[in-house]
Amino acid sequence: MINEFSIVWAHKERLLVGFGNTVTLSLLATVAALALASPITMALMAQRRPVRALARGLVDGMRCIPFLLLAYIVYYALPTLGIRFDNWTAGLCALVIYNAAYIAEILRGAWASMPREHIEAGLAFGFSGLKLYRRIILPPIVLACMPVLGNQMIQIIKDSAFLTIIAVPELTHEASAIQSMYYVPFAAFVSAVVLYWVLCRLVELAVAGVERRARARR
Amino acid sequence: MSVPAPAFLPSAADAAAERPVLEVDGIWKKFGEHDVLTDVSLSVRRGQTVCILGPSGSGKSTLLRCVNWLERPDHGHVYLSGQRIGFRPVSELPMSQAELAQIRARIGMVFQHFNLWPHLTVLGNLIEAPIFVQRRLRDEVIAEAETLLDKIDLRDKRDVYPARLSGGQKQRVAIARALAMRPAVLLFDEATSALDPELVGEVLGVMEELAQDGMTMVVVTHEMGFARDAADEIVFLDHGRVVEVAPPEKFFEAPETERARQFLQRYGAAPRAGLARRRSQRGVE
Repeated sequence: MINEFSIVWAHKERLLVGFGNTVTLSLLATVAALALASPITMALMAQRRPVRALARGLVDGMRCIPFLLLAYIVYYALPTLGIRFDNWTAGLCALVIYNAAYIAEILRGAWASMPREHIEAGLAFGFSGLKLYRRIILPPIVLACMPVLGNQMIQIIKDSAFLTIIAVPELTHEASAIQSMYYVPFAAFVSAVVLYWVLCRLVELAVAGVERRARARR
Repeated sequence: MSVPAPAFLPSAADAAAERPVLEVDGIWKKFGEHDVLTDVSLSVRRGQTVCILGPSGSGKSTLLRCVNWLERPDHGHVYLSGQRIGFRPVSELPMSQAELAQIRARIGMVFQHFNLWPHLTVLGNLIEAPIFVQRRLRDEVIAEAETLLDKIDLRDKRDVYPARLSGGQKQRVAIARALAMRPAVLLFDEATSALDPELVGEVLGVMEELAQDGMTMVVVTHEMGFARDAADEIVFLDHGRVVEVAPPEKFFEAPETERARQFLQRYGAAPRAGLARRRSQRGVE
């Protein structure tokens, strides 16, 4: 077994490149999913019923599809319709769309339970529409659901492992490549698990830090 | 504790035409089957302090909320410096949210539960709307906000979040936040009702000084001492109707209606200690 680990160690660069790609992919996906979730949340809370229904359909639809299948669709099925992405872009798109739906639902919940008074003060002071949302509603609800958003980021990191099936060179893909080349499944996969664990712990620590500062503002 | 000279800039047109800053003309409001306001009118001239008194549930807060259209009256008109709120001139079509927002930015409001924005510091609360709604220059707004904080004695709380303030401090910040908008009129919706008794004085003190400095104010309150000392006019509301309009001397010494007499008895209308400054000293008549 020690021999297995020394083989993996000898190919640590590959594993680290995969790790780096996983980090990059997860960070990009988190930022983009948050950005996309924000207008979806607004649509979920819109006055007009058709807008609401459309957003609700998108969110519920995404939440009922297995992520793996969505990745297949974006990479293998969309080209049939003439929409073609490379595997990196397809993977990123799938991660962003899928998680934006979850994040939008998280933000909607926080918005619905936000004290009416703060919004009312915003209205009374001349905020309306997008400005009201961006300046008065969004910041406190993001702060309020910091721990849940941290969870969602961990979900994104783990979802990114599925992208091995469309050959995105992320951590799972590299671990799998090492194991199939040298037949060292135990060492290769355990090493990947440890790296995922380290990454998720780092996210948890960062979220806890932000959460401490957010608490002062509630 | 001293308080800012009013930051509002009355337009020359106001003064010339002597049109009241705020006119409420026959508004009605129903919640379901319940008549909350029935044909309520009032008018507030520049520099006046009008106190709205009345038992709980008499529609006082709804009246204030109708003024800046947080509640939409079923009938009747509201004018700010001659401009009708809620409807466009000529076409009479309802205003868009953005148009309403523009008018609301000229009406300051102080809420019973302060309603400070929790994600912003004290300074942040003061400068948020002047910068992002009125689009004024950041440096100028910050300088003005700091002067306001000096005046309410909370300069040292500049970078603190509202959660760390006492109720009285929160309400003083809320008043400063409204003043930072340089409003044409300031509405107070039971500004001291949510405060511990020992904190009421510091907030009433600020309001007294504002009234003295000539800020135009409409004050919904249960503080009879404040109404007696600071108001130019009392509007007494009962069951959603204006029952009596009178200067405070007359209202408190010799109310015309039986309802007002009962009300004053129940609330014990003795002047508050420490706020016993008489209106005559202000030279307002």
